[in-house]
Amino acid sequence: MDFNLKIWRQKNAKDKGHFETYHVSGIEEDASFLEMLDILNEQLIREGCDPVAVERGCKSSGPVSFDHDCREGICGACSLYIDGRAHGPDSQVTTCQLFMRHFKDGATITVEPWRSAAFPVIKDLVVDRGAFDKILQAGGFISVRTGAAQDGNNILIPHDRAEESMDAAACVGCGACVATCKNGSAMLFVAARVSSLALLPQGRLEAKRRAKSMVAKMDELGFGNCTNTRACEMECPKGISVSHIARLNREFLRAKFSD
Amino acid sequence: MEFNHNIYKMADKLNSKIPAGPLAEKWTKRKSEIHLVSPNNKRKLEIIVVGTGLGGASAAATLGELGYNVKVFCISDTPRRAHSIAAQGGINAAKNYQNDNDSVYRLFYDTIKGGDYRAREANVYRLAEVSAQIIDQCVAQGIPFAREYGGYLANRSFGGVQVSRTFYARGQTGQQLLLGAYAALNRQIAAGTVTSYPRHEMLDLVLVNGEAKGIIARNLVTGKLERFGAHAVIIATGGYGNTYFLSTNAMNSNGSAAWQCYKKGAYFANPCFAQIHPTCIPVHGDQQCKLTLMSESLRNDGRIWVPKKMEDVKKLREHSIKPSQIPEQDRDYYLERRYPAFGNLVPRDVASRAAKERCDAGYGVNESGKAVFLDFSEAINRLGKKRVAERYGNLFDMYEKITASSPWEEPMMIYPAIHYTMGGIWVDYDLQTTVPGLYAIGEANFSDHGGNRLGASALMQGLADGYFVVPVTINDYLAHKFSEPKQNTDVKEFDEAENAVQARIDRLFSINGKETVDSIHKRLGHIMWEYVGMARDEEGLKTAITKIKELKKEFYNNVKVPGTQFEFNQELEKALRLEDFFEIGELMARDALNRDESCGGHFRVESQTEDGEAKRNDAEYMYVAAWEYKGEDVEPELHKEPLEYEFIEVKTRNYKD
Repeated sequence: MDFNLKIWRQKNAKDKGHFETYHVSGIEEDASFLEMLDILNEQLIREGCDPVAVERGCKSSGPVSFDHDCREGICGACSLYIDGRAHGPDSQVTTCQLFMRHFKDGATITVEPWRSAAFPVIKDLVVDRGAFDKILQAGGFISVRTGAAQDGNNILIPHDRAEESMDAAACVGCGACVATCKNGSAMLFVAARVSSLALLPQGRLEAKRRAKSMVAKMDELGFGNCTNTRACEMECPKGISVSHIARLNREFLRAKFSD
Repeated sequence: MEFNHNIYKMADKLNSKIPAGPLAEKWTKRKSEIHLVSPNNKRKLEIIVVGTGLGGASAAATLGELGYNVKVFCISDTPRRAHSIAAQGGINAAKNYQNDNDSVYRLFYDTIKGGDYRAREANVYRLAEVSAQIIDQCVAQGIPFAREYGGYLANRSFGGVQVSRTFYARGQTGQQLLLGAYAALNRQIAAGTVTSYPRHEMLDLVLVNGEAKGIIARNLVTGKLERFGAHAVIIATGGYGNTYFLSTNAMNSNGSAAWQCYKKGAYFANPCFAQIHPTCIPVHGDQQCKLTLMSESLRNDGRIWVPKKMEDVKKLREHSIKPSQIPEQDRDYYLERRYPAFGNLVPRDVASRAAKERCDAGYGVNESGKAVFLDFSEAINRLGKKRVAERYGNLFDMYEKITASSPWEEPMMIYPAIHYTMGGIWVDYDLQTTVPGLYAIGEANFSDHGGNRLGASALMQGLADGYFVVPVTINDYLAHKFSEPKQNTDVKEFDEAENAVQARIDRLFSINGKETVDSIHKRLGHIMWEYVGMARDEEGLKTAITKIKELKKEFYNNVKVPGTQFEFNQELEKALRLEDFFEIGELMARDALNRDESCGGHFRVESQTEDGEAKRNDAEYMYVAAWEYKGEDVEPELHKEPLEYEFIEVKTRNYKD
């Protein structure tokens, strides 16, 4: 298969950025989207282009930087905005699990980084999602010391409740929800963590404090408000439901009323 | 017992420090001997933890909790991306919740046997001993383990055992355990005891007066080299499976941090012990850069087979029949046939070799001849779709996304791939390396799995080391250090280390050749898989060493590293890692050549039984091979730590009856 790739290039956080278009050919339909980018990068390196060469008049800025790691849809590193959709046209997959058989031969594909005020671009398609760490540091945990735990079977949890908690805990922290949201809200991300813990008896004791401090941190870091468009749910690679946002809201209100 | 006399000529450095006394009392005894550090002194001490997988995150969090000042480093944008996240099937623990007569002893015994009698008894026993506590800790952290309808914790079985002791959270157990450790880490970061340095890559270990006192790391965003000092350093950077280029490891997983420790004097143990996992999605074409694992838990209910008749194989390759059309009597369930006692749940090394045997005999079921079936039709009939979906739904989806074929309708196709490395930095019972003040935990060390790791035991070891072992043992070292001031990084040892790293980087940019880093890495992978893969022999291993040296030379003459140092530069990152993979690959081949026996994942063609099973040579090779770095282009020196089995009888592994 052949493709034209229109890719966002940006040297660093200060650079204005621009698109460059490249052609790749001979791509197998079973190749993943990131394998195709690997092939493109091989091609660009062999052409001898790099950011230094572009200043000398070279046509391309050299290999494209993008975050990726596990390539099996679980680490949450990959983060591409493809043809206007977070993680591209297939549903419930991360970019690394997107395969070229989902594209038309000869298509022009536009690739951009996550765009959000809270996720500044580091280079090309790589953004800084450190804000997610900060939100979780504000309370996304149960305060238990190593070695202080009782026997695991002393805490009984109904099967369905554990499953529901697991649904929320499946979040990979990729940031597709933020990138998709017109307000740049991180509500689905925050809700997934709050809800997963709030559903479990171990998590109840700190539930109020957790909801309040995580929401406060989210606001402080420049994420937008949630206006219930449900776009985040549509693009979440793990299919995390907005019902968890409803639970976060309940937890949050309960906490506020008890102040 | 007969031992090669050379074994006793080992250097003093290789003192495993195993406590005396009965096996079940060793850990308790050691804990009671260890010096303590008082809270006011802990505040004065700094510890560096490199890596944030299960081992690193749990160690950093626990040490922070204890009151130490911890600096934790990872190469990803956040600690949560470490490759532990990708572990699917589960974590073992000797809880005996199933009432199937499981015990600490049985978990210990299965692990020693599974490792083909090449692991230390004392370490493995301790691992089994703390396993139950890990589950308690993880439940308390809010990890949503699978539950039975009565609310109790559920279990499943894994390869190489006859009990159900594996705890799981769907097919995302590693993710959930890592998020638990990451949450504990976040709690400490918020509390100010731990400082996190994401997007930092350790490029050298710094020794002061022969002790580990810091690291040189490259800030991957700015490209600057930065110095970090501490009273002790813990390496938790995982394995070196990516030496093979194609593996189930994440793309950025690498052996470099461990390798820098080796070059600074830490011995490297059993490098040739690499695990080849039997159930991975087969290679397609040559554009692939990564292989995907399908969890071992699938072998609980999936049955592995190839056709009995060559004509069916031919038709499958021509796509003129579907696998489901081959009648039951024409299927060869070769694991059930060869190993009736364990069937599809034999250990990974055994299952991988059996798949290779069938494929080499011509029965491989895809065009390349390198695939076998993993079939769920019987389980779907027995349990119904709903229960199968609960157990494996996400794995089925993942398989279908990748291959565009549904396991509900046709069997999966699978083939072995490199997955885990049992070898690693040599450590003593305290997990301290041969460099004082340097510790290695999790997959980065060699200590618990011998020649082959059992499924669901990597998560157990990472968390055992990080939560319960190193936070105890490291006190014994630090108890003598609290009067030492914080390490000044403005001293000549740090200057020298940084200059050496700078010289490496400058050299890479100066080559300015024509080949890409990945294309050369791919060729290294081919050499490794061909000669240091599932079957190894003397001639092939010698060829591998020569070919790796040639390829390395080509790399230094013809690689192209684009861009500059002082920017986000993924090609430079890869080039630095590949430099180390050449050397790791060579040491793996050298170790495999030395070990003239078959054991666990290491199969020497010269050493097999009549029916093709691995044949150990206990008289000559019942030792840990610990390699000492002697300088560039100088042969490393082999030290041997004899393995003595005091508490169990060493037998030939038997999964047949």
